Amino acid sequence: MADELRAQEVVLRLDGITKRFGALTANDAVSFSLHRGEVVALLGENGAGKTTLMNILFGHYTADEGTVELFGQPLPPGTPRAALAAGVGMVHQHFTLADNLSVMDNILLGTRPLWSFGFDRAAARARIVQLARDFGLAVVPEHRVGNLSVGERQRVEILKALYRDARILILDEPTAVLTPQETDALFVTLRKMVAKGLSVVFISHKLHEVMAISSRVVVLRHGKLAGEVATASTDRHKLAELMVGAEVKPPELRESIPGPALLTLQNVSTPDHGNAPGLKTANLSLHAGQITGLAGVSGNGQTALADLIAGLERPVSGQMALHGEAPRNWSPRAAMDAGIARIPEDRHKTGTIADFTLTENAILENYSKAPFSRRGWMNWRAARDFAQQVITRYDVRCPGPETRIRLLSGGNMQKLILGRAMEPGPKVILANQPVRGLDIGAISFVHGQLLAARDRGAAVLLISEDLDEVMALSDVIHVIYEGRLSPPFARGALNAAQLGQWMAGGGFDGETHAA
Amino acid sequence: MRLEPVANPTLARTLGFPVIALALTVLIGSSLSMLAGANPFATLGLILKGAAGSRFALLETLNRATPLIFTGLAVAVAFRAKLWNIGAEAQLYAGAVMTVLLGTGALGWPSGLLLPAMAGAAMLAGALVLLGPAVLKVRFGVDEVVTTLLFNFVVLLFVSMLLEGPLKDPMGMGWPQSSRLIPEARLPRIVEGLRLHWGFALALISALVVWVIQSRTTLGYEMRAVGQNRQAAEFAGIPVGRVILKTALLSGGLAALAGFSEVAGLKGNLTLDISPGFGYTGIIVAMLALLNPLGVVVSAIFVAGVFVGADSMSRAAGVPTYIANIMLATALLTMVLAIALTRFRVRRG
Repeated sequence: MADELRAQEVVLRLDGITKRFGALTANDAVSFSLHRGEVVALLGENGAGKTTLMNILFGHYTADEGTVELFGQPLPPGTPRAALAAGVGMVHQHFTLADNLSVMDNILLGTRPLWSFGFDRAAARARIVQLARDFGLAVVPEHRVGNLSVGERQRVEILKALYRDARILILDEPTAVLTPQETDALFVTLRKMVAKGLSVVFISHKLHEVMAISSRVVVLRHGKLAGEVATASTDRHKLAELMVGAEVKPPELRESIPGPALLTLQNVSTPDHGNAPGLKTANLSLHAGQITGLAGVSGNGQTALADLIAGLERPVSGQMALHGEAPRNWSPRAAMDAGIARIPEDRHKTGTIADFTLTENAILENYSKAPFSRRGWMNWRAARDFAQQVITRYDVRCPGPETRIRLLSGGNMQKLILGRAMEPGPKVILANQPVRGLDIGAISFVHGQLLAARDRGAAVLLISEDLDEVMALSDVIHVIYEGRLSPPFARGALNAAQLGQWMAGGGFDGETHAA
Repeated sequence: MRLEPVANPTLARTLGFPVIALALTVLIGSSLSMLAGANPFATLGLILKGAAGSRFALLETLNRATPLIFTGLAVAVAFRAKLWNIGAEAQLYAGAVMTVLLGTGALGWPSGLLLPAMAGAAMLAGALVLLGPAVLKVRFGVDEVVTTLLFNFVVLLFVSMLLEGPLKDPMGMGWPQSSRLIPEARLPRIVEGLRLHWGFALALISALVVWVIQSRTTLGYEMRAVGQNRQAAEFAGIPVGRVILKTALLSGGLAALAGFSEVAGLKGNLTLDISPGFGYTGIIVAMLALLNPLGVVVSAIFVAGVFVGADSMSRAAGVPTYIANIMLATALLTMVLAIALTRFRVRRG
């Protein structure tokens, strides 16, 4: 009876939504509905059209065909304001916050007319605090957003929507940037919302999260609706199949045969940058034929280590050695020439140039070398051939090598970066958050490539905030905490709880802390 | 009201809006000429006729376009790499001074040697003028908008000092002007008897060279990469600082060629008024051309045509020549708007 009543309360209905970008059909006649007080997971691979669909709902794009209905009323297309007014709140994958404003000002931004005097800030603040308490979103209204962690920023985004009386909340890949603890806290918040009659669209491709939080799952594949199932009546394997269209296998781990140390750090320190700590007398050696995992809570010096190995940073003290020798004039160029493949943390800001074509991006790291460049002249034919080769071998889905890379989904961008880095057959691989924000298909592809490189004899450094990922792939694990590195732990030496203690700083005291 | 990106603008869209922009420019220009008491159609006709109505007028327009192509290229090259060179005026004068230093008898070479030497020396001088601000930008993060802009005044005062002192023409009846170039140091005319000189051909070649550099060479790839995303360029091992310095050398050299071409091709000596702001107008030219080096040629001819046409119209119709400035400003604004409109769709709500 209660179920039937609920079923009548449709708050959102998408009907036959189709959206094309040139030759690409991002959404193909997609329909689904959202009921009051439920979490619907929108599941799909990268480029399956999840984000496009939600951008249409929110009015960032207009659909070529199809209609959107909110609370029984048709929603005029292409107007975020109408969606906002109707009670839709959206938390984007890339946050839309002003770094230089306080939490409170970010929440209030755009909620008041331009010329309003005598605004009651105290009341607004009280309301924010009340909302934060009701939904378990710990924030301090006076803090500057620029100083907040990723998890806190997300809480501000959610509060922003709630403050505007959102009754439908769309979360686009909300857990992609969160630690396991933060994800758990987010789920507590979502359950509170649902209990109060709000509805949530949870966009994700992490199956265990979808299973944990949603009541229904809508699966998209290549822009089409691949299936819609009640979470209770399905399992991870079935969802994975719906999503990628074929059975997915977990990575097979062969026994690693560690070789000589290819890259070593001895008591290396690097400078701090604002809130980002540098390395503090770190010791590390990356061995051939091994994946070294780096576990740690975000912002504990992972960036410093990655920048050092990528050639962007030089040690202020201590020794770094590559193949047993101290490198001279350490730089990105020197790192690449020494056979280090780099997968950067931020594929939009550092990995690619948005307005360059796939061809131009594919040769970004080797543009100055033959065959792409000879005596100062570019050989675009060779560049295009290389791009095409990467596109084919690494399954980059795109209209062609002359497409501007900004039109690609995150996963396809990452595949291009991976392909570009792996094609020369690197000896050392720096993989910084290589699968952040990717779907199952892309994740297993990237992991497969890293494992294959390991088996070929490459030394891999895997930096990830996802402890499961680090534990699943690494032969050796270091934990990083406030710029300090733990001693190496062999696979299976510590369980997740023990590693978690190291991640929280336990075990470090008395070791290198004296320095 | 908000903007939604248009993924693949149609041909009608890419051509339509600029045409509307042009029409709007003409409309505003004519309304203003009405305010000045003239028949707007007659005014327009006179501008057109003055700019391109005869062989003489057309060549005059091309003559005027020549320095604008050079400064437009200088700006386009720099802006493409996000080096905001507002100092093409200073670089132009540096080139002009060099031209006079070598061309007034210091070197008694035949034309075939002397002219390339003068052009090369001018480019070097212009390049060095921009190198200072570029080094400050790369090494210390000093804003080049400020340094290049202010450097214009420093260089202009320096030239003024030279013209009152060491470079002053002893036969100049006390006027602040340099001696005249020797005949071997003059750029010959393309058509005998008409004022169009080989500087124009040099400008066209320069535009072609810049286009080839940008689209075909490694340096061009580097310059575009640095301009589009400096962080990614740095990560990929592109020597960002060095690329900016090279861009500065090229940009400064191109602007200096404007000074060389004006002195050696047109004026024959250096005065303080050889450039009525060609360096600044170059920014308009480059922006109208969307920083495309071949587009710079077209937009420079358009801008020059408006100036030349307005000059001649003013003499005939009595409407002040300021109308040329207004029309160019309008053209720039409407064109920028038109370009935005081809790429974005305006939505209400």
